[in-house]
Amino acid sequence: MTVAAAPARRAPHPYAAPLTGIASLVVFLFAIEAIIRIGWISQFIVPPPSEIAASFGRLVQEEHIVRRFFYTVGECLTAGVMITVCGIAIGVLMHRFRLLQQACETWVAALASAPFVLAYPLFMVIFGRNVWAIIMMGFISGLPPVILKTIEGISGTRRVLVNVGRSFNLTGTQQVWKILFPAALPTIFVGVRLGLVFALINIVGTEFLINYGGLGQLIEDLAERYDLAGTYAAIGFVILVSVVFFMALEKVERWLRPVD
Amino acid sequence: MAETGRLTAHRAAPLIAPVTLLRILLLLTLLLVWEGLARSGWLYRDVVPSLLRIGAALYDLLSRGDYYFNLGVTAGEIGFALLIGGTSGIVIGLVLGANRFLAKAYEPVLYYLGPTPKIIFFPVMIMWFGLGSESKVALGTLSCFFPVALSVAAGMRQIDKVLIRVGRSFRAGTLQMVTKIYLPAMRHPIINGVRLGFGFALIGTLLAETKLSNKGIGFLIINAYSTFDMPRMYANLIVLFVLAIGANALIGRFGGLGSIRRT
Repeated sequence: MTVAAAPARRAPHPYAAPLTGIASLVVFLFAIEAIIRIGWISQFIVPPPSEIAASFGRLVQEEHIVRRFFYTVGECLTAGVMITVCGIAIGVLMHRFRLLQQACETWVAALASAPFVLAYPLFMVIFGRNVWAIIMMGFISGLPPVILKTIEGISGTRRVLVNVGRSFNLTGTQQVWKILFPAALPTIFVGVRLGLVFALINIVGTEFLINYGGLGQLIEDLAERYDLAGTYAAIGFVILVSVVFFMALEKVERWLRPVD
Repeated sequence: MAETGRLTAHRAAPLIAPVTLLRILLLLTLLLVWEGLARSGWLYRDVVPSLLRIGAALYDLLSRGDYYFNLGVTAGEIGFALLIGGTSGIVIGLVLGANRFLAKAYEPVLYYLGPTPKIIFFPVMIMWFGLGSESKVALGTLSCFFPVALSVAAGMRQIDKVLIRVGRSFRAGTLQMVTKIYLPAMRHPIINGVRLGFGFALIGTLLAETKLSNKGIGFLIINAYSTFDMPRMYANLIVLFVLAIGANALIGRFGGLGSIRRT
C-alpha cells in the first residue's frame, strides 16, 4: 500500500509580504477616496487622499516646507551633537568614578522614562519662546540613553583589551581613548540613536506645542487656518521624515556593529 | 593547638553607606544651588522660585478640591486611552505574533510609525472627535497602541514552542489557545507593553490637555504658565512626575512583574 505524500507547502515569495503591506495601503487609500467622494465621510473632516497628495506642491512653494525641514534638522543636529558630547562625557566620568555611578545610575535610568516633554512650559520660562527652548527639550530627553549606553559599553569592554592597554602602560586618558571608547563605540551608538529618536520626537512635538520653528509649527499653522489637505500632507511629510531618519540611524548602527 | 587568632578582622560597617551618603550630598547640593539661584537675583524673578514658595504652592495645590476634580478628569482620560489602546494593541499584537506573513507585511508599519511624534495628530483628533475629552482620549489611545502592539507581537514569537504543542495536542480551540496558552505565557511582555503604553498614553493625553482644554492636569500646568504662577507650575509638575512614576510602579507590582522576574 502506498501512502500519498502530503503536498509540501510552498514558502511564499520573499517580496510577497512587503508587497501585500504596500498593496493594502494603496487599497485603503482608494477606499477612503471612494468613501469620501460618495459622501459617507465629510470631506470637511477628512480630505480625499488625492487632494492631500496635490497639496504637497503648495506646501513646497508657498509654505517653504523644505526650509522648515532643514530648520528642524538643524535643531535635531544641534541637540544631537550636545547629547553625544555631554552624554559620552558624563558616561565616561560615571564609569571612572564607580561610587558616582552607583549613586546616580538609577537616577539616570529613572530620568530616561520621565515624561520630560510635559515640562515644556518650564523650558519656555527659562529659555524664552525661541529655538533654544526647543533644542534643550530635545537635549534633556535624549541625554539619559547616551549616558546609560556609554556606561554599558565601557563596562562591557573585553578584559583582554583592557589588559593589552595596561601592558603598554597606557595612562588613564589613553586607556579611555585608545581602548575603552573604540570597543564601546557600537553600544554607545545604540544610545546615540535612541537619544536622537527621543530628541526628534520632542523637538517636533515642542515646535507644534509652542508654535515656533520648523515642521511642527507648520502643522499648527495649517491647522489654525483650517487648511485640511495641507495639515494632513504636512503630518504625512513629518511621518516620512521620521521613518527615513530612523531607517538611516539603523543602517549606521548595523554598519558599526562588530561581526562576531 | 596553638591559637591562630582571628582569621578575619571585622571592620565596623559605616553608619551610612558611601553610596547613600553621596546621594544625600548630591541632593543637598542641588537644593542649595536651587535656593542660591532663587535668592541671587541673577535670573528673572520667579523663574527659579525659592523652595519654600514651591512647598507652599504644593500644599495649597493638594489641599484644594478642584485639583482632585482635574486629577480625576485626567485619570479618566488616561484610563480610557489605556483601555482602548491597550486592548486593541494586544489584539493586533496577538494577530501579528501568530502569523509570520502578516507580521512581515504590517509590522514594519507599526515599527516605524511607533516612534513618530503623536502630538502632531492632535489637529486631526480635534476634527474627528471635537474639543472635549474625546480628542484627548483619542490621542492617548493612539500613543498607547503602538508600544503595546509591538511588545505583544514580539512576546508572542518568544513563547516556548513546547507550550504551543501541548495546547495543540489537547486540541485546544483558538480561544482556548489564546486564554490558556498565549496570554499566560506572555504575561511579562504584555505587562511591559502596558507599562510603556501607560507612559505614552499619559504623555499624549496631558500634552493634548496643555494644547487645548479647560480641565485636567495639563490645563492646570499651562494655566499656571499663562498666569506666570511659577511656584504653582513647579508644584503641578512635581505632583505629576511623582504620580506618573508611582502609577508605573503599581502596574508592574499588580501585574506580578516582580514574581515573574524571580522565577
